[in-house]
Amino acid sequence: MAAFDEMSGFDGTTRDAYAKLETWLKNTPPEEFATRRSQADVFFRRIGITFAVYGDEQSTERLIPFDIIPRVITGPEWSVLDRGLRQRVTALNMFLKDIYGPKECLRAGIIPEDLIYRNAGYCLQMINQPVPHDLYVHIAGIDIVRVDGDTFYVLEDNARTPSGVSYMLENREVMLRLFPELFAQHRVAPVENYPDALLATLRSLAPRTASRDPNVVLLTPGQFNSAFYEHSFLADKLGIELVEGSDLFVRDEIVYMRTTQGPKRVDVIYRRIDDDYIDPLAFRADSVLGVPGLIGAYKAGNVTLTNAVGTGVSDDKAVYSYMPEIVRFYTGEEPILKNVPTHRCREPDALKYVLDHLPELVVKEVNGSGGYGMLVGPHATKAQIETFRKKLKTEPEGFIAQPTLALSTCPTFVASGVAPRHVDLRPFVLTGSDGIRCVPGGLTRVALKDGSLVVNSSQGGGTKDTWVLDA
Amino acid sequence: MLSRTADSLYWVSRYVERAEYLARILEATTRLSNLPSSYGGAASEWESCVKTAGCEELFEQHHQTANEANVHDFLCFSPENPSSIRNCIEIARANARAVRTALTYEMWDALNSAWLELKKYDGRKLTRDDFGRFIEFVKTLSLTFDGSAYRTMLRSDAYWFSRLGVYVERADNTARILDVKYHVLLPETERVGGSLDYFQWTTILREVSALTAYHWVYRESIKPWLVADLLIFNRQMPRSFASCYENISRFLDALGETYGRQGPSQRMARKTLSTLANRKMGDIYDNGLHEFITEFIDDNNRLGSTISEQYLV
Repeated sequence: MAAFDEMSGFDGTTRDAYAKLETWLKNTPPEEFATRRSQADVFFRRIGITFAVYGDEQSTERLIPFDIIPRVITGPEWSVLDRGLRQRVTALNMFLKDIYGPKECLRAGIIPEDLIYRNAGYCLQMINQPVPHDLYVHIAGIDIVRVDGDTFYVLEDNARTPSGVSYMLENREVMLRLFPELFAQHRVAPVENYPDALLATLRSLAPRTASRDPNVVLLTPGQFNSAFYEHSFLADKLGIELVEGSDLFVRDEIVYMRTTQGPKRVDVIYRRIDDDYIDPLAFRADSVLGVPGLIGAYKAGNVTLTNAVGTGVSDDKAVYSYMPEIVRFYTGEEPILKNVPTHRCREPDALKYVLDHLPELVVKEVNGSGGYGMLVGPHATKAQIETFRKKLKTEPEGFIAQPTLALSTCPTFVASGVAPRHVDLRPFVLTGSDGIRCVPGGLTRVALKDGSLVVNSSQGGGTKDTWVLDA
Repeated sequence: MLSRTADSLYWVSRYVERAEYLARILEATTRLSNLPSSYGGAASEWESCVKTAGCEELFEQHHQTANEANVHDFLCFSPENPSSIRNCIEIARANARAVRTALTYEMWDALNSAWLELKKYDGRKLTRDDFGRFIEFVKTLSLTFDGSAYRTMLRSDAYWFSRLGVYVERADNTARILDVKYHVLLPETERVGGSLDYFQWTTILREVSALTAYHWVYRESIKPWLVADLLIFNRQMPRSFASCYENISRFLDALGETYGRQGPSQRMARKTLSTLANRKMGDIYDNGLHEFITEFIDDNNRLGSTISEQYLV
C-alpha cells in the first residue's frame, strides 16, 4: 500500500512546503548531518530528557530518539486542523458534562447507554457532581494521522493525562540551536508560548472561592514514572511547585502542601496521576502515590483537578467511534476532523466482518493506550492473529477494529541514509474558563522501523520537530 | 518552598561534599602509605582511612584486613557501602532529579554529567593512574557543582538550604579526621611519637586541603597544636569548625529572617559558634581534645536533626 509522503506526495513531486528542506538535504554533506545528530544526542542526554519504558528492567532511563528532519504543515492545513481541534474538544467537554449530568445524549439515542454505564472509565463518584467551570478536559492531546493530501483523521482522543509536550518544546529548542539557517529560510510559527498558555489556562480554572492569585501545582507520581522528565520540565517552565502525593495533605476538605514555612493552600492541581491512584480513600486503597481525602476536597469544590476525574470514558475507543455524532449533537455543526472508519466489535455484523478480515485490520482494545494490546493485521504472525480471534470471540465488546491506514510518511534519518517513515501528530489543546488555546503544531512521532505503523516511544518510536509554516 | 524540595537540596549538597571528602582522605592516605616505614608509612594507615570515612564496622563485615586495593574499592565503588563515592554521586543525582526544577541548569549539568561519566569507572579494573584520575574527577565534580551553585542560584531559601547541607557535612567531616587522628595532635608535653608524626600532620592538612594554608597562617614549621587550632578555631580556613559554623549560623539566620521566625536550629548554631569563638587550644587540651571533638560531632548531628524537624519534614 503506497503511503502519502509529506515531502513528495504520492507521485514523487516535492511539495512546495518542503522545497527548501529538500535542497538542504541534498546539499548538506553527510558528515555534517552525522555531527549534528550526535550533537542533538548529547544535548538531550545532558538536559536529562529520558523516558522509562515499563517492563524494561535494564535501564530506567533511555533516550527517546530524535530525528533532525522536521515535519512540515502548511498554514492552510493547520488552520483547518486548529478549527477542527477546537470544535472536537468543545464537544468532548459538553459530552462529559452531559453524561455526568442530565444524560441528554443517552435519551436522544446518540450513543448506547451501556457503552457509558458499563464503561470502566465512567466514574460513578462523578455523577451529578459539579466541577469547577463545568470543564472536564483542560489539556487534551488529540492524535491525528494523515492519509493523503487532504485527509486528516483523528486516531484517538487523549483526555486523561496526555504526555509529550515537553518533546514538542525541546525538539524546537534543539533545532533552533543546530540549524539556525533553516529557520532563517522558513517562517515557522513558534511554540515557545505553550507554558504561558498552559499556566493561564490552569489559573483560569481555579475554584471561584480561591484567592486572586491561585496556587497551582503539578502532581507527579515521582521520578520513577516514565514521564517524570516532562513533569519537572513543565513545573519549571510554569514556575509552579512539582509535588508528590506525600507533599500534600487534606484538612477540613482543603488541600495544603507542606512547605518550609508550614502548610500552604493549594487551589489547582495539574495532576499527572491516573484517577485510580489519586486518592486511596476514594479509589485504589493500595495507592501510595495519591493524597488521602483529595476527592473529598474536590467534591466540596475547594480544589480543581486538571483534567477532571472521570474523563477516561471519552478515551474509550468504542466511545471514540461515536465522536462524529457527539460533535454534531452538541455543537450543531458538521465535524471538521474525521474519524477513522471504525468497526465496533460489540455489534454482531461488525464482529463478523472483523473476524473475516483480521489480516487486513488493526484491532485495538477499547481502553488500551500507548500502543499496547493491539494487533496490526498486515504485520502480525498467524499465531498472533489467532490469539486475537479468540480474544474477540470471548469479549467482543472489549475491541474495535479499523482499516490499516497508510499513515503518511516523512523523510527520516535511518542507518541506510534518508528514508520515508510513518508519522502521526499530537497537537495539544488547552481549555480554560477563558477560552481554548492551541499552539500551532504539536508532537510528531515517527515509527523508526521500516514499514512500522507504531509510533509510540515505548515501542521504539522517535520524534521530530513539527513546523507550521506561517504562510 | 516545599519541605521535600528543601530536604533534597540539603542532601544533594551533603552527598557531593561527602564524595569530595572521601576523595581527599583517600588521596592523602595513598600518599602517606607509600612512604618508607622509617618516615611513618604503614599499612595501618588504611584502617585509619576507613575509620576516618566513618564506615569501619561495615568494612569489617566484608574484609578481614585493610589494604590499598580493598579500601579503594570499598570507599569508591563498593555496592555494599552506602556511603561509597559512587553511591554518594548516585544518591545526589537521584535527589537532584527529584527536585530538578529547584536547581539551576548549571548545577544539574554538573551532577548529571558526572553521573554519566561515573559509568566509565570500574573499580576492579582501575590502575593507579586511573585511580588518580578518578580522584581528580570527584574533586572536579564538587568544585563544579559548588561553583555553579555559588554563581547561578538565586539567593533565596533554596540556596540557603543547599549551603547548609555543605557546611553541616563539612563540619562533620573535619571532626571525623580529628576524631581518628587526635592522638598525634596532642601538645608537646604529652607527645610520644616524635618526628615520625610529622607526616601524620601533613597528611591531616592534606585531607582538608590546607597544607599551604597552614604556612600562610602560621608562618612556621608544622606544630600539632597549630594544626588542631587551624582545623578547629581558624575562621579563615574554610574547613575549620569555626568557619563551618559561621556559615551555618549565617544561612540559618537568613532563613529565620526571611520566614520571620527563629527556631531551635538557629539557637543551637549560635551557641556552638560562640563556644568556638570564646575558647582556645589551651582550654581544649586541659579538658581533653578527644572529648571536645566527640562532643562537637554529637552537637553537629543534633543540629542536623533539628534543621530537619524544623524545615524539612
